[in-house]
Amino acid sequence: MDTKVFDMNDIDIAWCPGCGNFPILKTLKRALAELQIKPTDLVLVSGIGQAAKIPHYLKTNVFNGLHGRALPAATAIKAANPALTVIAESGDGDMYGEGGNHFIHTIRRNPNITNIVHNNMVYGLTKGQASPTSQKGFVTPVQVGGVFLEPFNPLAVAIALDASFVARAFAGDIERTAEILKQAIERNGYALVDIFQPCVTFNRINTIQWFKEHTYNLEDHDPSDRQKAFEKATETEKLPLGIFYQSPQKPSFEENVGIYEEKQTPLYERDLDKKELKNLIETYKMRL
Amino acid sequence: MSKELSSHNPESVSIVLCGQAGQGIQTVEYLLTRIFKLAGYNVFATKEYMSRIRGGINSTSIRIGSGPVRAAVSTIDILVPLNKGALRHVEHNISARTVILADKEMIGEDITQGKHKIVDVPFTGTAAEIGDKIYSNVVAVGAIAGIFGVELKMVGKYVEKFFSAKSADIVQKNLAALKKGFEFGVGIKRSSKINLNIVGDAGVEDQVLLNGGEAVALGAIAGGCNFIASYPMSPSTSVLAFLAKNAKTFDIIAEQAEDEIAAINMGLGAWYAGARAMATTSGGGLALMTEGVSLAGIMESPMVIHLAQRPGPATGLPTRTEQGDLELALYAGHGEFPRIIFAPGKIEDAFFLTQRAFNLADKYQVPVFILTDQYFMDSYYNTAAPDLSKAKIEKYVTRTKKDYRRYEFTKSGVSPRGVPGFGTGLIAADSDEHDTEGHITEDLDLRIRMVDKRLHKGELLKKDNIPPELTGAKNYKNLIVCWGSTHNIAEEAVQKLGRKDVALLHFKQVYPLPDQTAGYLQKAEKTIIVENNATAQFAKLIKLRTGIDFDEKILKYNGLSFFVEELAEKLKDVLN
Repeated sequence: MDTKVFDMNDIDIAWCPGCGNFPILKTLKRALAELQIKPTDLVLVSGIGQAAKIPHYLKTNVFNGLHGRALPAATAIKAANPALTVIAESGDGDMYGEGGNHFIHTIRRNPNITNIVHNNMVYGLTKGQASPTSQKGFVTPVQVGGVFLEPFNPLAVAIALDASFVARAFAGDIERTAEILKQAIERNGYALVDIFQPCVTFNRINTIQWFKEHTYNLEDHDPSDRQKAFEKATETEKLPLGIFYQSPQKPSFEENVGIYEEKQTPLYERDLDKKELKNLIETYKMRL
Repeated sequence: MSKELSSHNPESVSIVLCGQAGQGIQTVEYLLTRIFKLAGYNVFATKEYMSRIRGGINSTSIRIGSGPVRAAVSTIDILVPLNKGALRHVEHNISARTVILADKEMIGEDITQGKHKIVDVPFTGTAAEIGDKIYSNVVAVGAIAGIFGVELKMVGKYVEKFFSAKSADIVQKNLAALKKGFEFGVGIKRSSKINLNIVGDAGVEDQVLLNGGEAVALGAIAGGCNFIASYPMSPSTSVLAFLAKNAKTFDIIAEQAEDEIAAINMGLGAWYAGARAMATTSGGGLALMTEGVSLAGIMESPMVIHLAQRPGPATGLPTRTEQGDLELALYAGHGEFPRIIFAPGKIEDAFFLTQRAFNLADKYQVPVFILTDQYFMDSYYNTAAPDLSKAKIEKYVTRTKKDYRRYEFTKSGVSPRGVPGFGTGLIAADSDEHDTEGHITEDLDLRIRMVDKRLHKGELLKKDNIPPELTGAKNYKNLIVCWGSTHNIAEEAVQKLGRKDVALLHFKQVYPLPDQTAGYLQKAEKTIIVENNATAQFAKLIKLRTGIDFDEKILKYNGLSFFVEELAEKLKDVLN
């Protein structure tokens, strides 16, 4: 499939020139095209922020909801129609800050969705405050003495919650990122792909150069080894990239809800069984 | 009924059971109401309880009538205190005509000689003889059934059915307890300490016995609800539990969300993908959902929210009742967008309004609220089974074409709603201001058109307004206005007054305020609002929309519902 099917005509993209969001958009289109996913069968769900605008720049179905709330919406969309490919995509502030509670519980719920998080360690749209993943000492207009909060570690949290699929990629490496995205989308269950991305306007510390110097690709790593995955996820000196962890196969949320065992039809195609309702009401006559 | 009792209300008897949480009062209430219904009596029950799992003192009131009984009364005709302290808990409602069926040995200290009319029934001793004092509840059930002259064989069958999941030994002991209790009851009846002349009503047999929560949940199913995500919160949770219990039969996804924010965002995601979704919550939960309500507004997403009110602010009185969140439902969500708010007064209203909420949410792509409260959720009575031929499911999802635009400007004022995967179009729903395709825009002229388009739906949906219901005198001088759960109480209070110049106007749709409102009010010499809150929120809404002030406000906000006698007294004081 040609990536052009996902191109939007005549759009004014709100990202800064040189923003790490551009290569992520390009990589996502490539992964989707290579997986032969049609725009009509895909839903991109996002929250608020610069990364969360991505659904407006990729031709498909869009649910651009509230800040931090992409995951509950994405979970329900997938549950209401499991034939759809559902991707929840936003930035680190949206997914790990405002939406932190949903991040935890969505992993527990294990819907068959892909969660892509653009991680640039800073708030861009609100002009440069710390994000949950900002590193200690990072000075901002609000964290004037530098960040002193422990950075949020999404990979370690996801592994602790036995997420189905946990990976980290770097926006600058289109080849590897596309490969990881493809595997994440194909994996049954919740798949996290945290993507390091430079913010050219508000993060002068974690630049392209910084990411190149402070990351390395995982090699000979067995993603079924949870202990090892956790060890890798907690490395700080140099940050590993690649697929950290894949849980043993387990049923997804849609498989667990119990209404798709006999038929796969989406909810909008189903009708109320009035006879059953009549029977149920009948029981309230409380006869012997 | 004894003479003093029958002079009060010959057509109904009020029984109050009072005891500790966890002591099995619920079982007694459940058994008695079913048994009375089986015997062909009209029955009503309501309860009040403390926010704890064990201990404390809770009470259940059951009314039995020859004709329909549908509202809470404060009068106690027969009181059954099941533990020490229980009698004190309801002391203020005990009168000279209250007959107290009590185990003197157990509650002896609570009895005031000369004030309390006690009929000694050794509940505990009898139960202990059978094997465990746990059976004292069923002794009480038997005693009351005996007093009312219900057929023992039938009661036995029902009790057997109720305990059928337990061991044969437990069933036998319960039946023995029932029989012993029944003998006490027959003895009391013979002694003429209590005489009753409640008669059965042939129509009762074919009716259903439902509480408010069950009626809302059944109405949701009848409305085609197939998705509910909610966070447990009293008194709203029973709707979630009901749908979860029936999920398999009706293809419903019932999920306990991590919080109310997730709950409503799941609901909106579900509607987006073609489900018919709802959330059930109470005031604190709706407070968390408000941003989601606003999202429904701009996305033009249908959403159904059941709000079971309880007294606030914040945690307030978690297990008590209040009509304190009308304004929360009215204004929940930032920005300007239309909505509909229903407030059932009768059990059948709860069924049909909830059913209708799904159709209207889908038709106009707006959030629709159903406002109940703890009193309404926990009260039940026998009523006609809902006529399902009047509960048609209307679906408005359209198959899309390639050039589909989610927010297209149309003649009707409502953009056809497609869902992903149904047709060849793409569906973009956006929380930002958007163009007709659903993509983010800062075109400020388009912004005006989009605002107008959304607000115009608020005018359109008035076509489906449900007018208020007038009962009582057609040519009234005094007009009493109420909304939601106070309906049955106000109706009986007005009947009790027996005046030819008084009418009751009940609103089951509180927003948009039906057009007829001002006309009804202008016709009256005196207008009186009755609300279960402290600030007359509905009166404020009426004032805002019609400019009309009420002459009198009767408000109650101690955490309990009104009682018929209390409201009748208050009305008597203010009527012209």
